[in-house]
Amino acid sequence: MLEYRIDRRSGMATYLQIVHQTKQALRLGLLEPGDKLPTAREVVEATAINPNTVLKAYRELEREGLVEARRGLGTFVRRSLGGAPADSPLREELADWARRASAAGMERDDVAALFTAVLDQHFKGDDT
Amino acid sequence: MTDDPVIEATGLGVRYSRRGGWALRDCSFGLPAHRVCALVGPNGAGKSTLLALAAGLLRPTEGAISAPPREETAYVGQDKPLYPQLTVDETLRMGRELNPGRWDAKSAARIVQEGGLDGGARIRSLSGGQRTRVALALALGKRPRLLLLDEPMADLDPLARHRLMGALMADAAENGTSVVMSSHIVAELEGACDHLLLVDGGRVRLSGPVDDVVAAHRLISGPATALADLAPHTVVESRTTGRLLTALARPNGPLDTDTWQTAHPSLEELLLAHLRSPDAPALAVGPRSAEAVRA
Repeated sequence: MLEYRIDRRSGMATYLQIVHQTKQALRLGLLEPGDKLPTAREVVEATAINPNTVLKAYRELEREGLVEARRGLGTFVRRSLGGAPADSPLREELADWARRASAAGMERDDVAALFTAVLDQHFKGDDT
Repeated sequence: MTDDPVIEATGLGVRYSRRGGWALRDCSFGLPAHRVCALVGPNGAGKSTLLALAAGLLRPTEGAISAPPREETAYVGQDKPLYPQLTVDETLRMGRELNPGRWDAKSAARIVQEGGLDGGARIRSLSGGQRTRVALALALGKRPRLLLLDEPMADLDPLARHRLMGALMADAAENGTSVVMSSHIVAELEGACDHLLLVDGGRVRLSGPVDDVVAAHRLISGPATALADLAPHTVVESRTTGRLLTALARPNGPLDTDTWQTAHPSLEELLLAHLRSPDAPALAVGPRSAEAVRA
């Protein structure tokens, strides 16, 4: 069962943290089609966040076609996010790139800043 | 799920004595059902008075408040009145007998068990936090439509606080209970509450869904010389340090992004800015916004 980790100081809206963590689990294959997401009750009991926040996150995931709510049963994964599984060539290339960045003397923060800048340049509209 | 108000107040005012000042004045607001509302404000703002009015324990001096009837409302006051000579089990039995037909023994027992409380222990032997747990068990066992909590977490350690908040949220998720809880510690409520009521000096300063209230504000910084540019916007608070101007404002239209850097404030930044600026205009977001607040 997926457990959400809510960081109140991250500056990212709480429902988006749930959306992102669910997608992350889908990408990494930790969640597969047919798997059940925790109920709103289970999430809020563990995290002490507002139930409407969880429902908002699940609605967003449903809108994106990733999960479906089955009346009285719960929310289930419909499809996985196959972008780049953990062992894809893209990951290896990125790992190779990270090694070269490190060898070139870049610090973790420099790498993160550069990566974010390139990410922002190529992927627009993912508002947080 | 509907947005019908569970509490509605119009022109609410309370004065505890004829010659005394007003504890609350001119308060008009609506709280939608099935939400968890944070009632925030400094000490002496009128939070407890407002909760006592909603619980039907106090009559308004002027104006009116509508709330669910007594039997559908649970109220946990700051002093958490319990009978010290009763045991935990006896207290729960009292809850069952006082609420015939609606007592939820399972929920009540669960809250007590999660705290590792011994059913045979007398209330007087419990710590403050343990008493809070029993008081909440009593309140939740009543299966209320409206749950009013006055500073519920004040005497709990961080872990107990997290657990109890989790239990409260689980109840709200399962039964759709409308919750109003007061606190002056904002961090305690952020994340758990989706509706906000800021009371200050006996008046309602901010009212509405947390997300909407926060989204209506921006933290702005830019050159002090451009202060006049902010005139069309509602500036809650502004400060000048050397050549730099920083402000918290409600934009009434687009802001020139060449001149100003903007960011979304946190709930805490937003509340502190309002509390530092008592004369800032009030804001009510929601269906009743037009007439809800007279600033």
